[in-house]
Amino acid sequence: MAEEEVKFKVTIDGIPVEVAPGTTILNAARQIGGDIVPPAMCYYSKLEGSGGKCRTCLVKVAKGSEKDPRPMPKLVASCRTTVMDGMEVHNITSPEVIEARRGVVEFLLINHPLDCPVCDQAGECKLQDLSYEHGLEQTRFEFSKRTFERIDIGGKIQLHMNRCILCYRCVYVANQLTDNREHGIIGRGIHSEISTYIEKALDSDFIGNVIDVCPVGALTDRTFRFKNRVWFTKPVNAHRDCPTCSGKVTLWYKGEDVLRVTGRKDEFGEVEEFICDTCRFETKSTADWILEEPAPIDHESVIAANHYYEFNLPPVIQENKKLQLANEEQLARTERLK
Amino acid sequence: MQSLSNRKKVLEQKPMNIWERMYLPAIAKGLSITIRHFFKKIPTIKYPEQIRPYSKNFRGQHSLKRDEQGRERCTACGLCALSCPAEAITMIAAERKKGEEHLYREEKYAAVYEINMLRCIFCGLCEEACPKEAIYLDGPHVTADYLRKDFIYGKDKLVEPKFDITQLKQEKI
Repeated sequence: MAEEEVKFKVTIDGIPVEVAPGTTILNAARQIGGDIVPPAMCYYSKLEGSGGKCRTCLVKVAKGSEKDPRPMPKLVASCRTTVMDGMEVHNITSPEVIEARRGVVEFLLINHPLDCPVCDQAGECKLQDLSYEHGLEQTRFEFSKRTFERIDIGGKIQLHMNRCILCYRCVYVANQLTDNREHGIIGRGIHSEISTYIEKALDSDFIGNVIDVCPVGALTDRTFRFKNRVWFTKPVNAHRDCPTCSGKVTLWYKGEDVLRVTGRKDEFGEVEEFICDTCRFETKSTADWILEEPAPIDHESVIAANHYYEFNLPPVIQENKKLQLANEEQLARTERLK
Repeated sequence: MQSLSNRKKVLEQKPMNIWERMYLPAIAKGLSITIRHFFKKIPTIKYPEQIRPYSKNFRGQHSLKRDEQGRERCTACGLCALSCPAEAITMIAAERKKGEEHLYREEKYAAVYEINMLRCIFCGLCEEACPKEAIYLDGPHVTADYLRKDFIYGKDKLVEPKFDITQLKQEKI
């Protein structure tokens, strides 16, 4: 007797979607996509147990389920709350959520140094996007921020504890991708910090992934440090035959040089597949890679600024054969980039 | 042929009489105009020595500013280059070493900073984009030169000279 697959019907901001039981509200929203996806700083779909730390994904549950239609008393973290049948969720349609999110952003920025002009993450920083969208223009924090010295973890990774928002993603990476846990969080509350215990060098094949999962500029690539700004480099997808990982990466070009190698990131800023440190740090020439295509970039991202991938056909050209012939060169160029 | 618009006016040239042929009255008349201008207010100025008052928002040559301790403010964040519609600005960043704290304000600084003055359209967007208040278009006009390469201004021409803030005189407004 084949059991019928049960699907829960959820409505997020008025958009209905059917998802499997056990799905979180955040993942249900991601299945719809678009503006209604709550931002997430700490949740990472590829890391087990992540989420529930940063509170940016707060949503309002207006109707608990079909059987129990009472609303949930407080805003809930959508990355940790699973859906119920007939649940109604308000994200951007609820002023309460927007207000709460603004408060969360303010809390995240309390100890953040706001050194974006210096930070290598600027341009692809989740906190930057979040505060641009939800934050206040000015800080109300009048006290001195906590400061730490910069720490080099191993030869290739640099930790700026000042910028850390304690999302624990890097800790989960170290736990789940590498053999033995070498770093974690010590201290509690405002004193907590990411540490490797006596700055022990992390040397594992996959430890470079902490750079990719870090939503802010706390863990950055030392080989890319101050080389260039993210938005002046051009991302190109490439792959190579790698014995340890899938070898599918994004190369960040400036002219002829590969300045940086990262994992391929999807629309939510999560890497598709974790890559090994050899791919990330050692192989930085075009000869090592088989190029595929320019990496897709959200057109609202600063990385897309001043890059013109497509030659948009004016309607006149689309209909006129003569004009198409006259613009042959431009059209061919666009065809190559598609 | 008859003019269509009827506005054509045919001038008749009469032969000059003796008084006119002497030219003397005409010369006197012309000279009197010239001499009258000696005593008039001159509308032009002698430019390099004398400069007209500029508008307060005049945009001239860029200058890279220093802070109150004489350190360079620019941190090579690249926002000026990003905002530049003419793509005139390029830079190479470098990390501040220990012992250079009196030279550069932030841990990153621009080792090379170049503006191509032939490309620049003096729109002032770099000034607007700068988060560190490091670049201002408050200089004079960019002067003419002979070679194209001389229009690429490096840090030697752009960074403002060091000054002692205690010696600065406050201008009375």
